[in-house]
Amino acid sequence: MCDILKIENLCVCAENKELLHDININIARGETHVLMGHNGAGKSTLGCTIMGSPEYKITGGRIFFNGEDITNESADKRARRGIFLSFQNPVEIPGVTLSEFLRNALEQISGKRQKLWEFKKQLNTAMEVLDMDKSYADRELNVGFSGGEKKKAEILQLLMLKPKLAILDETDSGLDVDAVKTVSKGIEEYRKETGGTLLVITHNTKILESLTVDKTHILSNGRNAKNGGGELAFDVLENGFGEVFV
Amino acid sequence: MSEKTQIADIDRSLYDFRFEEDEQDRLSSGITPEIISEISHEKNDPDWMRKFRQHCLKVYNKMEMVKWGAPIDGLDINNIVTYIRPKSRMNTDWENVPESVKETFERLGIPKAERESLAGVGAQYDSELVYHNVRSEVARSGVVYTDLESAMHDERYAEIIKSHFMKLVPPTDHKFAALHGAVWSGGSFVYVPKNVNLEIPLQSYFRLNAKGAGQFEHTLIILEENSSLHFIEGCSAPKYYEAGLHAGCVELFVGKCAKLRYSTIENWSKNMYNLNTKRALVEDGGKIEWVSGSFGSHVSYLYPMSILNGAGASAEFTGITFAGEGQNLDTGAKIVHNAPNTSSYINTKSISKSGGISTFRSSVIINQNAVDSKSSVNCESLMLDKISRSDTIPAIDIKTDKCDVGHEAKIGRISDEAIFYLTSRGLSEEEAKAMIVRGFADNVSKELPLEYAVEMNNLISLEINSNVG
Repeated sequence: MCDILKIENLCVCAENKELLHDININIARGETHVLMGHNGAGKSTLGCTIMGSPEYKITGGRIFFNGEDITNESADKRARRGIFLSFQNPVEIPGVTLSEFLRNALEQISGKRQKLWEFKKQLNTAMEVLDMDKSYADRELNVGFSGGEKKKAEILQLLMLKPKLAILDETDSGLDVDAVKTVSKGIEEYRKETGGTLLVITHNTKILESLTVDKTHILSNGRNAKNGGGELAFDVLENGFGEVFV
Repeated sequence: MSEKTQIADIDRSLYDFRFEEDEQDRLSSGITPEIISEISHEKNDPDWMRKFRQHCLKVYNKMEMVKWGAPIDGLDINNIVTYIRPKSRMNTDWENVPESVKETFERLGIPKAERESLAGVGAQYDSELVYHNVRSEVARSGVVYTDLESAMHDERYAEIIKSHFMKLVPPTDHKFAALHGAVWSGGSFVYVPKNVNLEIPLQSYFRLNAKGAGQFEHTLIILEENSSLHFIEGCSAPKYYEAGLHAGCVELFVGKCAKLRYSTIENWSKNMYNLNTKRALVEDGGKIEWVSGSFGSHVSYLYPMSILNGAGASAEFTGITFAGEGQNLDTGAKIVHNAPNTSSYINTKSISKSGGISTFRSSVIINQNAVDSKSSVNCESLMLDKISRSDTIPAIDIKTDKCDVGHEAKIGRISDEAIFYLTSRGLSEEEAKAMIVRGFADNVSKELPLEYAVEMNNLISLEINSNVG
C-alpha cells in the first residue's frame, strides 16, 4: 500500500534561517502518528509546511501525497487534495460567519454546490458532537472566541471537511479537562466516520488516550531525532525527552 | 512558483453605456446671470427663486475655490453645461417615458425594483425628473413625494419649500453650495406628516447621461413630529472623456421624535467630480441614520453633517468608501451636538487598492450646552496593496467637560496569516482576499436594503487576475 504522506529529505528555511533539516517521515493511510519535540523544535513549521504555508520555503527534499509530488503546490490545492491543518492559533476573520465560511470551503473542496438546508443539517450534527451552541454558526469566524472555542471550531471544520489527512497542531493545548474530552470526541468521530489519517502534534497524553498511535516522531533542533512506535509517545510523555535521547 | 494576485477594478462597464444626446435645448457652456435667468425662465421659477438664484451666482463668483482637499483642478466649471433637459416631461406612467430613457433605466433595474419592493420611484434623467410615482396607499397617508420643481408651484407646498430651501445649507457654505443654489434643477421633495410611519422605503435614482453635463439636484425632506421614513438614493453615471460634475444638495429636517434613515450608494463613473453637500437638522428626541456607500467618481468630497439641535437627538453614520485606481475619495461625517443628552455614532470603513487614495475626515463638535452627550467615532481602513493610500483625519472640538467622547482608528492590510488560514481550507488566494474584504465591509452592507447590499457586494466582488509568474 502506498503511503498517504511521504516526506523525503525535507529542508525548510524562513528568513534565511534553516528551520528543518533532512526530515524523513512516511505515514500509511489510516494510521495515527504523533509528532513531538521541545518548544521550537520545528513541529509547527513541519505542520505548516505540509499544508503549504508560503511563509516557509522548501530548500531541499520533496513531499508526496498519495504518491504525487506536491512540494510546489499552493495551500488551497493541497486542501482540495484532502490535507487539513488544525491551527494552533486560528486567525480571526471579522465579518465572515463560521457557517458562511464553512459552506464556502466545503464547496471549494467538494467542487459541488452545497444546498443550504442539507449543509445546515450536517453542520448541526457536527456541532452536537462538539457540544457547541448552535449560535456559533452565525458568529464571526473565530472573532472573540476563547482559546477552547477556537479549537472546537477547528475540529468542527475537520468534521465538516472530512480530509484524508489531518494535522492537529496542539489542538489540546490550553484546554480544560472537559474541553479536551470534547475535542477528543470530535477526533474520534472523524476517525470513525472517515478512517482518516492523523498527524498529531501534542505535549499531552490525554488527547492520545482514545487513539491508537501507530508511530511516533521526535524532532529536535529541526531534525528527525528519533522515530519509533506508538509506545514511544507515551514513554516520552511519562519520562520526558531526556530519557529518550539517552 | 509564486503567484501574484491583482484584484481588478470593480466592473463599471455596466454603467458605461450611453445613448445619443437628443436634448432639445442644451444651454451654452459657462455661467452668467443671463444663463441663470434662462434657467429661471425655463422652469418658470417663482419670483423668490429667481432672486435667490441670482444671489447665489454672486456669492459663487465671490467665493474662493476649495483648496484643502483632494485636487480638483481637472474640473473646468465653465466647460460644463449646467442644465440639460431631456425631451420628456414629467410622467407618472412608465409607458410614456421615451424609449431610450427607458432603456437606460431598465438596465439599471428601476421599474423592476419599484414593482418588487419600493413604495415610489423618482428617477432623474439628467436634470429633470422623468418618472415619478408614489403608490396610492403611501399618498393616502398624507406623505408627499414629488419633484421639487413642481412642488414649488403647488400652493400647498410653496411656503414650506420657501421657508426650508437652502436654509440648512446656505449658499455661503462653500463655493459649490453657491453654484448649486444658482443652477439647481430637479430633485425630490418629501414631506411626512405627524405620526405617520412609512414602512416601505422611498427610492430615487440619479443618473447623468449627457456628456459634460453637471447634475445639481436638490433633495428636501421634512419629517414632522413622531414620523419615520427610509429614503434611498442611488447614483451612477456612464463614463465620458470630459470631466463631469455632481454638486447636489440634500437638506433633511427631522422633527421631534421623528426618525429618518437616508441610504445612498454612489457609483459615479471615474471621471466625475462628486462635490455633494448633505445636512440634517434633528429636533428633540429625533434620529438621523445615514448609510453611505461611495464607490465611484474620480474625486469625491462628501461629509454628511448632522446637527443635533434638540435634547436627546441622535445621529448614526455608517459609511463605506472604495477607492480604486485613479480615485481620490475624501469622505467622512460631521456632527454638531447642540443640545443636552445628544448622542452620535460614526462607523466607517474604507478600502483602497491599485493606487487609490481614500481619506476619512470626521468632525465632532460638542457645544457648551450639550452636556451629558456622547459621541463615538470608529474608522477602519484596509489597503489591498502597497501602492494604495489611506488617511484618517479626525477632529474633535469639545466645549463642555460633561460629555463622553471616544475615537478609534485602525489602518491595516490583509495579513498573510489570514490568507494562509483561508487557503488551507480550499479557498484560492483571490477568493480568500475577496472574502476578507466582504467581511470587512459586512457591517455596512447589512445596514443596506437587500437589493443595495447585493449591488454593493457585486461592486466589491473583486475580479481577479492571477497570472504573472
